This record gives sequence, C-alpha cells and structure tokens, in this order.
Amino acid sequence: MSNSFDTSDVFSAANAASQPAWLKSWQAAGQSAFTAATLPTRKTEAWKYTPLKEVVAVPWQKHAETDFGEGIQFADWNEVSIRIENGKLNFHGELPAGVTLISSDDFSEAQAQSFIEKIEAQRGSFFFDSLNQGALDQGYWLKIDKNVQAAQPLHFNFLQAGSNSMVNTQLLIEVEPGANATVAETFTQVAGCVGFTNANTTIVVGENAHLTHYHLLLEQGESHHIGRVSAALERSARLTTFHMAIGGVLKRKDIAVVYRGEGAELSMNGVYLPTGNEVIDYHTSIDHAVPNCVSNQIFRGILGEQGKAVFNGRIHIHPHAQKSLADMNNRNLLLSPKAEIDTKPELEIYADDVRCAHGATIAQLDDNMLFYFLSRGISRAEAEVMLSFGFINELLDALSDEPVRLLLQPMLSELFAKGQADLTRHIP
Amino acid sequence: MLSIKNLQASVEEKQILKGLDLTINPGEVHAIMGPNGAGKSTLGNVLAGRDGYEVIGGSVDFHGEDLLELDAEERARKGLFLAFQYPVEIPGVSNMEFLKASVDAVRESKGLAPYTSVEFIKLAREKSKAVNLPADFLKRGVNEGFSGGEKKRNELLQMMLLEPSLCILDETDSGLDIDALQVVADGVNSQRSPDRSFIVVTHYQRLLDYIVPDYVHVLAGGKIVKSGGSELAKELEAHGYGWIEKETV
Ligand SMILES: Nc1ncnc2c1ncn2[C@@H]1O[C@H](COP(=O)(O)OP(=O)(O)O)[C@@H](O)[C@H]1O
Ligand SMILES: [Mg+2]
Repeated sequence: MSNSFDTSDVFSAANAASQPAWLKSWQAAGQSAFTAATLPTRKTEAWKYTPLKEVVAVPWQKHAETDFGEGIQFADWNEVSIRIENGKLNFHGELPAGVTLISSDDFSEAQAQSFIEKIEAQRGSFFFDSLNQGALDQGYWLKIDKNVQAAQPLHFNFLQAGSNSMVNTQLLIEVEPGANATVAETFTQVAGCVGFTNANTTIVVGENAHLTHYHLLLEQGESHHIGRVSAALERSARLTTFHMAIGGVLKRKDIAVVYRGEGAELSMNGVYLPTGNEVIDYHTSIDHAVPNCVSNQIFRGILGEQGKAVFNGRIHIHPHAQKSLADMNNRNLLLSPKAEIDTKPELEIYADDVRCAHGATIAQLDDNMLFYFLSRGISRAEAEVMLSFGFINELLDALSDEPVRLLLQPMLSELFAKGQADLTRHIP
Repeated sequence: MLSIKNLQASVEEKQILKGLDLTINPGEVHAIMGPNGAGKSTLGNVLAGRDGYEVIGGSVDFHGEDLLELDAEERARKGLFLAFQYPVEIPGVSNMEFLKASVDAVRESKGLAPYTSVEFIKLAREKSKAVNLPADFLKRGVNEGFSGGEKKRNELLQMMLLEPSLCILDETDSGLDIDALQVVADGVNSQRSPDRSFIVVTHYQRLLDYIVPDYVHVLAGGKIVKSGGSELAKELEAHGYGWIEKETV
C-alpha cells in the first residue's frame, strides 16, 4: 500500500536543498515512512470528521519567497520577535540573558542527536509526523537555562507566502529546571498565499519551571494548518497554554501533554471560531502517567454559517496515578443551523482515587441573556454579537498577558462584525 | 400613559392572565401585590415583550401606541423599563459595555448622539454611587457573581441611566436587608417625577413604607381583584390575601 498523498515535489525540493548530513538522513527516514503510510480516510477514527481530500489534491511545493509581510506585531509587550519565513529562521536580534536559540543548520553532531531524541520521545502516531520529518525546512531549539527568569517574552512569528507553498517546522522549547518564560507562537500567511503548514512544537518544562505558552493559528484565506503540540512536564512543573484557531480552509492541531513527575500542573484553554466553510479540529490528550498532577482544560467554540469543528478530549489516568485532578470543559455556541460540532470526551481512568470532571455543551445563544439585552433597547443583531464575543472573551480576559488579549480582541470583533461596524462598537 | 384592558395571556399553553385591567397616569406609583404564582411576573414579562408569553386577548396602549405590536427592544426605546425579579448573569460582557450599548440604543432612537466613552464613564460612576454600587462593579461581567442585592441595585442603575417613562419593578425588594431596602427606595424616590410612572410589584408591605404608592392593587388568579389607596397594603399585611379571595368568590 502506498500513500495517495503525492508529496514527491516537496521531497525532491527538500533533498535538493543544502542541509547538514544528519538532517538529510533523518529526512530520508521520514520520507520513506511517509511514502509507505496509508492516508487516513473518513473511516479512520482520529480523522473521522476532518476531510483531507482538499489538502491532498493540491500539488504542494517548496518556495523561496521574499515578501512575507509583518505577520503579527504585539503592542507594548517588549517581546523578542523571531521571524520564521516559510520555515526558515530569520533572526538577528538579541535574546535575553540565559536564553539560547539555534537552528538545525547550526547544530553540532551531539546537538542533532539530542534534538532528534527529544522530538522522537514525545511523538505518538500522528500521520503527518513523518511528512514533517521528511520535508523539514528547519528545526529550532529554544532553551531557557536553569533558574533563568527570561526577561522578555519570546515571539515566534511564523510567516508563510507563495502559491501551493508547503512548510514543515519543528520547534523545541526547553525550559530547564526552575526557569520561567513566556513563548508565543503565531502563524499567518500573506494575502493570496495558498499554503499548507505542518507545524510541530515540542515542549519540555523542567522541574519547578513555568512556561506560559500561546499557540495561535491565525492564517486566513486558502490556508491549511496541520500539526502537533506535545508537552512533557517534570516534577512540579507548570504549563499555562492558550490555543486559538480562526480562519482558513482547514486547521487541525493535536495537543498532547504527559506528566513525567508528580505535582505538575497544566492549565490549557482554547478557542476556535470556524465560519464560512472552515473546518477546525482540536484533539487534546492528557496523560496522567504519575500521581498528584492537575490538569484544567477549557475549550470554547463559536460556529457560524457552515463552519465545522471537532473537539476530541482524551484524558488518560494511569493505574498508579492516584490523586490526579483532571478537569475538562468544552462549550460550543452554534450561530447557524448549518454549523456543525463534534465534541467527544475520551476518558480512560484506571486509578480509583482521582477526580475527573468533564462536560461538553452545544447551545444556541441563551434566550434569557438575549432578552436582557432586548429589554434594554439593544437590537437583536448587536446583542448576538455582544453575547458571542462575551462567550469567548471570558477566556481572553483570563490571559495573563494583556498585549495578547489586545491583539486577539479586535480580530474577534472583526470576525463578528462582518463589515457592520455598528454591531461591534460596544465590544473591545 | 398606560392603559391595559382585559389582558389575557398564556405561557406554555396555560392561561395565566385572565382579563386584567389597569390604567396608569403620568407620575403615578402603583403597587401590585398578590400571592405567589398570581401572575405578577407574567404581567411584567408580557408588557416587556418576552418571547413565549402569548397574548390571547385584550389590549395595551402605551403613550397612544399599541404596545403589543412592538418588539421588545422598541418598547424599551419608547420608555418601558422592567427591573427583573431574577436578573441574569452574563459573564464576558462587561457591565460598562452593556450599559453603554443600552443607553446609546435608547438615545439613538430619540435622535440623540451617543455619549463619548469619557462622558459615559463619568455618568455611570455617578449613578453607581447613587445606588451604592462600588465603581469596580462596572468593570465586572454583567451581574457576574453579584449578590442578590447587588443585582437589584444594578437594575436600578440601569433604570437611572435609561430614564424610562414607565418603570416596572418586579420584587426589587425581595431578599434585601433593611439597609439595602432603604437604598433601593431612595433610588426609586429620587426618580419620581410628574412624567415618570412606576409599577412596584412586591410581596411585602414593608417596601411601601418607603415608596408610598398612589394606588395598591391585588393581583390574584390572573386579574386585579381589589384596588385601593396605600392603606390597602396595610390591610393586606395584617390579614393576608385570604379575605380578598373569599370576598371576590
Ligand atoms: N416561563 C414560564 N414557564 C412556565 N410557567 C410559567 C412561566 N412563567 C410563569 N409561569 C407560571 O405562571 C404562573 C404565574 O407565575 P408568575 O407570573 O411568576 O407569578 P408571580 O410573579 O405572581 O409569583 C405560575 O403558575 C408559573 O408557574
Ligand atoms: Mg414573580
């Protein structure tokens, strides 16, 4: 059986590029694995609701482009902005003390081995991983040294351009014991780009370390984004992570978190807002592999028009992982009768002394809330926008970095306004 | 300003209002009392235009217009205000944004320009003070985590900002201690004027010691079964509703 997703152009381009020998051989292994694999179909459980037909029909290529635009700019955050253009690091700035960033072009032999080991240790069986490996544009290794409190937030500004442009990236974020950092990843593509990004992020949060992480999929138009975020938490580590997906043809992100030491804490929130014919699919998986860890997950979606979303939340509590606390909540607001959501908890609980709460709801706008607006003279159209915005804004309000909130709020108002500015004049 | 004739309404196929008559002139304060389940909140909801409350007979004239023909938001813009018995919580929408949206909508319908943010914040702070609601409540989600009394004061705050001509207060006193009751009563009294009328729905005579009504009506079994002056409230307090129900049988 061979893979019906023809990526030969991309693989030839990868092979023609000048890359270090270790990467060439790692790519070769990825390419043969991908070529031998079978494309998931609607019968494959993990891809049941996510159509790949359109993605695989495009003859993807690798492009050398020059105009990537600005991508995302935060206001008043004092962040270090690190541009990644069609998968290539373009950064000449300065990093805060105790923070290092190297691209795979500059890895030593030992670093290359260690990088591969760390990436492979946190992999599951994601179909697109071997493509990522086989056509990898570049890997980047961000390290926050032991006990360092990174003085500035680090922003990975992923930019994409070109027509039928495929990009494969792998970011490794390593927060050493006792360190503390904030990392934002934003993904955009320039107007007119037809793009496919296959972006992987691998995170290791060391003992007593804390990472605040944003993973924001903001590509519009003819964009396809598939990929994984995979995090491992050591003893008493904390990961606070926020995900967002708006726009584009298809977005699919699999987020896996595994606990390697006791007393670790995860707070993971996310929002997705498909409209038009957009499809957004989040698969999360939390592995309580050791006792005494906490996970809190809140994902909210608003689905307009023919928008479609999937939220699949897996929680696995291993037999000896006593005193695990796992909380997962997924709420969805359907603004149109044609919108569709598939939400599914997958609980595998093998320990008895644990608390696991989960809930999923699918609703229209609340009539009581709507009437409250009307009874105060506010038009139904404006009330719907304010209520929808409020539903998502609850999670934005909880973000610890105000510049991130201030970046995202106007994007949401624009999304809800659909060109009618008077409907959004009372939201931030 | 308001003339209700033979109003009949049902909720979920069940008739609740069974021929209710009530006329209110500008500047008057009418108290409506009555046992639980009599239909007091239903009357408020029907007047405010809530979905699911079906009018099956009768008429309501408000400032010379057929009120029942108007959408809920139009009624509010034309000066009708209902202070809810159980105000809903709306997390994620700040009280300030909500208040401004509402005041702008009502002003716009009168051909007035919206307030600037600065003007509005000043006004909202001023009015919050008048109802003894700390200013930081303006930044919180609408009614989010407010106590019962705080929610009621937030209703009053909205009333003061919207300057309606008819205020329907649905048990705005319930669940309040005596100090909070005083605040609510002061708020209402400060808004009394020759062209503003009130319907004060209450369970207890207590509130009417502070807000002295021009008329007291007893609503039972879906109609007004007895009307009188403010002394009627005292009789009700002393004897309960039983004697009226007997009298009308
Ligand atoms: N939304 C509703 N759905 C079903 N029944 C209702 C609803 N609102 C009111 N009712 C019924 O109508 C009757 C009158 O209720 P209500 O107007 O709330 O009385 P009051 O405010 O006088 O206590 C009660 O029997 C109540 O159960
Ligand atoms: Mg009631």
